[in-house]
Amino acid sequence: MAKVEKVKTPKPEELSNISYHPPATDWMDTPTEFKPGTYCWGAKEKDLITLGLPNPRQWSPADEDWKVPEGWETTILDGIAERLSKYRSFKVFMDICVRCGACADKCHFYIATGDPKNMPVLRAELLRSVYKKYFTKSGKFLGRLAGARELDMDVLKEWWSYFFQCTECRRCSVFCPYGIDQAEVTIIGRELLNLVGLNIDWISGPAAACYMKGNHLGLEPHAITGNIETMCDDIEEITGIRVNPTFNRKGAEILFVTPSGDFLGEPGIYTCMGYLMLFHELGLDYTWSTYASEGGNFGFFTSNDTAKRLNYKIYAEAKRLGVKYIIGGECGHMWRVLNQYMDTWHGPADFLEVPVSPITGTRFENAKSTKMIHISEFTADLIKHNKLKLDPSRNDHLKVTYHDSCNPSRGMGLLEEPRYIIKSVCNNFYEMPENTIREKTFCCGSGSGLNASENMEQRMRGGFPRANAVRYVQEKHGVNMLANICAVDRAAFPALMDYWCPGVGVTGTTELLANALVMKGEIRRTLDIRLQDLPGKGGNE
Amino acid sequence: MDIKLKDLIEGKRSVILERWFDAIIETYPTDATGFLKKKQDRFANPVGHAISKGTEGILEVLVGEKELTEDLPFLNDIIKVRAIQDFTPSKAISFVFLLKTVVRETLEKEIRQNQIYDALLRFESKIDDLALFAFNIYVKCREQIYELKTDELKRMTYTLLKKANLMYEIPVPEFEIKDPNCNT
Ligand code: SF4
Ligand code: SF4
Repeated sequence: MAKVEKVKTPKPEELSNISYHPPATDWMDTPTEFKPGTYCWGAKEKDLITLGLPNPRQWSPADEDWKVPEGWETTILDGIAERLSKYRSFKVFMDICVRCGACADKCHFYIATGDPKNMPVLRAELLRSVYKKYFTKSGKFLGRLAGARELDMDVLKEWWSYFFQCTECRRCSVFCPYGIDQAEVTIIGRELLNLVGLNIDWISGPAAACYMKGNHLGLEPHAITGNIETMCDDIEEITGIRVNPTFNRKGAEILFVTPSGDFLGEPGIYTCMGYLMLFHELGLDYTWSTYASEGGNFGFFTSNDTAKRLNYKIYAEAKRLGVKYIIGGECGHMWRVLNQYMDTWHGPADFLEVPVSPITGTRFENAKSTKMIHISEFTADLIKHNKLKLDPSRNDHLKVTYHDSCNPSRGMGLLEEPRYIIKSVCNNFYEMPENTIREKTFCCGSGSGLNASENMEQRMRGGFPRANAVRYVQEKHGVNMLANICAVDRAAFPALMDYWCPGVGVTGTTELLANALVMKGEIRRTLDIRLQDLPGKGGNE
Repeated sequence: MDIKLKDLIEGKRSVILERWFDAIIETYPTDATGFLKKKQDRFANPVGHAISKGTEGILEVLVGEKELTEDLPFLNDIIKVRAIQDFTPSKAISFVFLLKTVVRETLEKEIRQNQIYDALLRFESKIDDLALFAFNIYVKCREQIYELKTDELKRMTYTLLKKANLMYEIPVPEFEIKDPNCNT
């Protein structure tokens, strides 16, 4: 039974009257609770209407009645059947888990809570138990003995709770001997929930905004150009150089697409200023689009179809503008989508050319089908060929560590390029412990659309294992800056750092690069990209 | 602190710490598998690590000569963790009181033999003082969670606020902040 618990202030006598031995119950009998601070708000009616998704209505997860449509059980079971036949991986994941437990303690949410339903194996079991009941012989006949159970409203609420407590980070899959990918199970679980209108506001809101305006923030073209102009003013103040980006320019060689978080929020805008400075310095023939103005894809956290629809605009815009290829900015899930899905959905992009760096001549064979490369690949290649003049001492006041964002690291294997860039532009770089980085990186705790603010407590939990490793290098080496290549990281980490590791700032990798980049004709730099005095460089510190 | 009691506690330091640690882990109703008890790797099990390091530090302060103050990093570390773990406020700081029971049970015979009940009472009231500090820290952590939301909203709308020259003048709303248009 799902119930809502209000936060109570304890009475003095309660302090000495606490039961230390709560009974442990079988997971199937443990009810799901919805406590404020630990779940996200439900999807809004208007957004589901915009996206054409099922069962638009006003509802709240805190209500007893979730207003799911009559006959919802059939909808979900049909949904499972359809996906079993469509996705071989789903069928395999449902059948082959041997419960070896290798994945059990690898999930950041489990590590921080000890809640067994946050073990990847059990998270999958939430769905697998229903699969067994309706789609396997043993489950049909043996029921609970075979780990099977009926689908009812409590199960549905439990799914909602735990599939929105998984950030689809895939850390667990690294440890599974069978390669079972819990992120894929969560993705399917969320799709099923979506069939009866159970999504979260923080996902469906941005997805709807993206569908209508081209980006998650709902920024209209003049807002995008206006914000970038403001950044250009700041760049001029810092460097004395006027950067003149173009928008929607037909015939440009390259289209640049980045997550819209870089247009508005802090510290994302500094990364964006970094792109502007780098491209200007190279004299790159590129353009921004105010239509394909979102690299990220919150549709990916809704359903395959929604993700596909939102993704299409990138190619459509590239075609309309007649560019040769696309460069993408620093983002996390954007790259999972581009690297693993875009080609299947809309590729191969025959109307584009295999990306070739106009500066170094490097041909990016890895992107020969998608025709889209990551800014870190592009930049690392420039540095490797000595094409940039860099003064890393401008970052000497920073002691930097690097967080491997889940999607670029586990979803596309981008491990070395960002490190190579950081080491080239900073003199003080320190790695976090081995079992918390690269393929084994810990999630920020806010991925896959869970970076809302109403679930701050949940985010602080999910991010604890990550923050714990940052704190280690903070104490050991005095680290004061956490670099990354993901817009959700840039949005979510400042809060996580403020709570667990006060004094550690957050930066995009391209911001660090821009700080060190010596541009032709620049004035003597006394300010960093944030318009703060550069220590030791003759500012007014 | 009473020398005799101090010696007794220090003599059984590791047993006391072990039992206290176990009692704290038992306040996690869902940890049926005993995962949080595993201490080998501070990165694989940061909660267990914070608790084991924290309890060691706290016990040292309690038997030491130094005045208790709120500025106890170890206490802070444990409470930070428990403040975001689904506990009611009372449960979140209950771990402090558990030490009383653990000490009484572990040293029962010795305390009786040495007739040092007064010293024990003084030690226990020191634990009470610690609990009050713990509660202050807990409240601060909870308040911080709300501040994090406000600060995040300010960061997300930074450019707009800057353009409107509002950067230092945004009123802090009293209600839950929520703007579905702010996202990345
Ligand atoms: S994908 Fe990540 S969040 Fe989801 S169960 Fe696995 S480790 Fe946990
Ligand atoms: S590691 Fe793989 S096989 Fe083992 S319990 Fe986890 S999902 Fe199942």
